[in-house]
Amino acid sequence: MNQTAQGVDPKLLEILVCPVTKGPLRYDAEAQELISEQAGLAFPIRDGIPIMLADEARRLDDAPGGAR
Amino acid sequence: MAENANDIRHVFDRRAVRRRRDRAAATFGAHDFLFREVADRLCERLEDVRRGFPAALDLGSHGGVLAATLAGRGGIETLVQADLSPAMAARAPGPLRLAADEEALPFADASFDLALSCLSLHWVNDLPGALAQLRRALKPDGLFLAAMLGAGTLDELRGAWIEAESAEEGGVSPRVSPFADLADAAALLQRAGFALPVADADTITVTWPDPFALMRELRGMGEANANEGRGRAPLRRGTLLAAARAYAERHADADGRIPATFRVLYLSGWAPASGQPKPLRPGSAQARLADALDAEERPAGDKARPK
Repeated sequence: MNQTAQGVDPKLLEILVCPVTKGPLRYDAEAQELISEQAGLAFPIRDGIPIMLADEARRLDDAPGGAR
Repeated sequence: MAENANDIRHVFDRRAVRRRRDRAAATFGAHDFLFREVADRLCERLEDVRRGFPAALDLGSHGGVLAATLAGRGGIETLVQADLSPAMAARAPGPLRLAADEEALPFADASFDLALSCLSLHWVNDLPGALAQLRRALKPDGLFLAAMLGAGTLDELRGAWIEAESAEEGGVSPRVSPFADLADAAALLQRAGFALPVADADTITVTWPDPFALMRELRGMGEANANEGRGRAPLRRGTLLAAARAYAERHADADGRIPATFRVLYLSGWAPASGQPKPLRPGSAQARLADALDAEERPAGDKARPK
């Protein structure tokens, strides 16, 4: 399995979808985010654990890493 | 609690549910007795099913109690563990873990052969929605098997709070969750589109040295009050003491220990698949029952006649 220490297991990436739209997610390995273009949300990955909660997601129109 | 099973009730403060679990996560292992007991009973039910489930989900995994209890049973090759609380998810063993909300599941359709849930779904507002999403996350002929707390749970505590609050404060606030009853659960399974739905219940009675020990344990489990309508004012000491007194007076045994009832509902159903047994269409019989019984067919009585 080719992943960084903090990366997400590829088996998990295969089955995850956006909890809001059930649409596809794009894995941004650098930012450690799972991005739902349809919902305009970026779900954070903390210590390799995807946090698939809309409450915790960054809105895509906000600056990355900025205050929500 | 005669709520209609069709209503989506916003009775639980989901952020509070998450906060309770986040806070409980670090020391959950010291308070997971009930979870281990129910996980055991859930796994026994799984062993009754004679097939393997390579891809499984544990929804509401808490600290990973169910994973430890499963320990390779059920032919499970991969177990995804999800919890509303990121802190709980972080304590689950294994690499396949995430934080997820039961009311907005992040799983693609037909991802799992088995979806398990141990003592988590009783905190969900939109149970019909959660069950329908779980059904869709299952492959055809996948199994859903869950345990959740049901009506009857913590009735002793509920009664003690009502008695204390009405005496001390002249009014009552919801301090113990409303729980679904068995008939609701069965109806919801059917409505969510599960085939061969089954719901049953058993009761676990646990005793504690005193009511304060029970309340500490509930906090330790992350199961403390998270009702939307709970009083936000700080709890008065007099009310707390009155509740503890009322509890002990009504329920304490000879040694002064107090019992608490947990009514556990077990839900199971299968994602529909073409090969499953189904009831026949009414009127589709090819033979008469009377012939099979070698009996004479007689009308059941007077037919209803219009007046």
